[in-house]
Amino acid sequence: MRNCEYQQIDPLALSVAPASVQNHADKKVERPRRKWEVFPGKNRFFCDGRVIVARQSGVLPLTLGLIVVTCGLFFAFDCPFLVKHLTVFIPVIGGVLFVFVVLSLLRTSFTDPGILPRATLDEAADIEKQIDTSGSSSYRPPPRTKEILINQQVVKLKYCFTCKMFRPPRTSHCSLCDNCVERFDHHCPWVGNCVGKRNYRFFYSFIISLSFLTSFIFGCVIAHITLRSQSGKSLIQAIQESPASVVELVICFFSIWSILGLSGFHTYLVASNLTTNEDIKGSWSSKRGAEESGNPYTHNSILANCCATLCGPMPPSLIDRRGFLPPEESVPAASTSEIELPSFAAKNDANMCTQSTKDVLERMRHSSAFYGLCLPGTPKTTPVGLEVTGGAPARDPETSPAPTLCSPFSRRSTSDSLHSINPAFRLASPSPSLARVTLVLGEAPDVSFIALT
Amino acid sequence: MATTNFNCSLFNNDQAATQNTHSLQELQQPVVSTKVFIQRDYSSGTLCKFQNKFPTELESRLDRQHFEETIQTLNNLYAEAEKLGGKSYLEGCLACLTAYTIFLCMETQYEKVLKKVAKYIKDQNEKVYIPRSLLLTDPIERGLRVVEITVFEDRSFVPTS
Repeated sequence: MRNCEYQQIDPLALSVAPASVQNHADKKVERPRRKWEVFPGKNRFFCDGRVIVARQSGVLPLTLGLIVVTCGLFFAFDCPFLVKHLTVFIPVIGGVLFVFVVLSLLRTSFTDPGILPRATLDEAADIEKQIDTSGSSSYRPPPRTKEILINQQVVKLKYCFTCKMFRPPRTSHCSLCDNCVERFDHHCPWVGNCVGKRNYRFFYSFIISLSFLTSFIFGCVIAHITLRSQSGKSLIQAIQESPASVVELVICFFSIWSILGLSGFHTYLVASNLTTNEDIKGSWSSKRGAEESGNPYTHNSILANCCATLCGPMPPSLIDRRGFLPPEESVPAASTSEIELPSFAAKNDANMCTQSTKDVLERMRHSSAFYGLCLPGTPKTTPVGLEVTGGAPARDPETSPAPTLCSPFSRRSTSDSLHSINPAFRLASPSPSLARVTLVLGEAPDVSFIALT
Repeated sequence: MATTNFNCSLFNNDQAATQNTHSLQELQQPVVSTKVFIQRDYSSGTLCKFQNKFPTELESRLDRQHFEETIQTLNNLYAEAEKLGGKSYLEGCLACLTAYTIFLCMETQYEKVLKKVAKYIKDQNEKVYIPRSLLLTDPIERGLRVVEITVFEDRSFVPTS
């Protein structure tokens, strides 16, 4: 009897993707997946979610290579001479700077820049309700902006069609990483990551320390060649004796211009509490009309701005990379949101194009998930120990026709899956459902007694 | 059989339950009626602060006072986390000097406050929200964008009294 009712559901599920459902069920039991595995943005993860980089690592290997090679040549060819003729502190200082540069670079590259998790379906629906769409007969929704007052300054918040939310102030969507990043500065190809709220201080310390390192190496190499040519030899001879120094000179010469310039620019940004993005767009420049549009985020003091940007409290990562997906959530719904709310996707054509193949696959898995929820021994019931025992006898006196079993259940599971399946990285159900389940467990026996009497 | 009676009573009483054979599950899993989202308040900048406006959907369930107290406490906690003071500067400078490796072994001020927030929300849920068939979700689960309050249908939820 138990098998009968579910077998009637099975053919429908089978026609969609039976093997995948079964495999999913097996896989769910075998290996709990971490949230980074279903992250919707274009990022890559290493060390089981501990390390996050952009999909295109850009020129990061080149950056690292250049730094390591230049410093290697410096320590190998210039330092012995300089230690003999000058002081032993030269390689020590060089070493300290080198370590600092590499650590800052790796920290910038591998830290979450302040990615905002995408809105859950419920949130997106709520926002959609609040937006006045009366009278818009056109297929494309009008551009969505919201004006708010920040420190008596009007700021426009834009709606992000990918992340399905109004972007907080200073947040921008990076198309390379496909994420909204808080306090978005820029996407740096040298570092292979976005520079945002969480890793700006690392980026700044990287470029400052790199300026010092390149200047230091440049100075030391000049000193080296000068000292060599002073002891009776010509400059050409000195260069011939130490060819590596020329390589270092060339690299440092070209680097210094760009790195020092960048450091100066970012020092200005830090001092005025601006981001590269805002500066380039001229968001707060006084050129904009007669009204005074100053930066509403500034603390009106260079020191305060510097301290706030560089030494402020370290915000946490909002994407829980290493958290475990609860078993019922392991059907990712990155593109399910596209299915549920097609009006959102209308504007974001590019996103739809890239998602089109994934869409088809996700639709299959999504519909199988509805029926999967009807299957016995569904993980949905496993957190509640009582349900497993209570559910079994409930199935026995099954008199209502089987097809109607699944449709209301799928209706309910629609709301549940709206509740549970969500494109956001931080998932809805785990803590609330577990929390409510643990509290409800205490009531369940009483409830059943009430029903019986 | 007890279980048959159980199902029958539900058949008689509740139309929704007649359609649903997973009756025991239905009772144990309260049905979500709606979700209310408290958005961020950006009037003082990018600091984490939530709007204190009492949502109309909760008027029948919750006192304005309770709601405002919850939001205000959350706002105060997040303000404490993001406070620019001697302690945060010291933490920042120390981190800078150690090339930020200190974050690998030390918990930041923000993380400590987040733990306090989690504890407070759990506490509020137990004392105020769950007895009224509501559930507060920790904003960190939503990327600090919203405070989500889930409203459950009263009939399927037995409140603790």
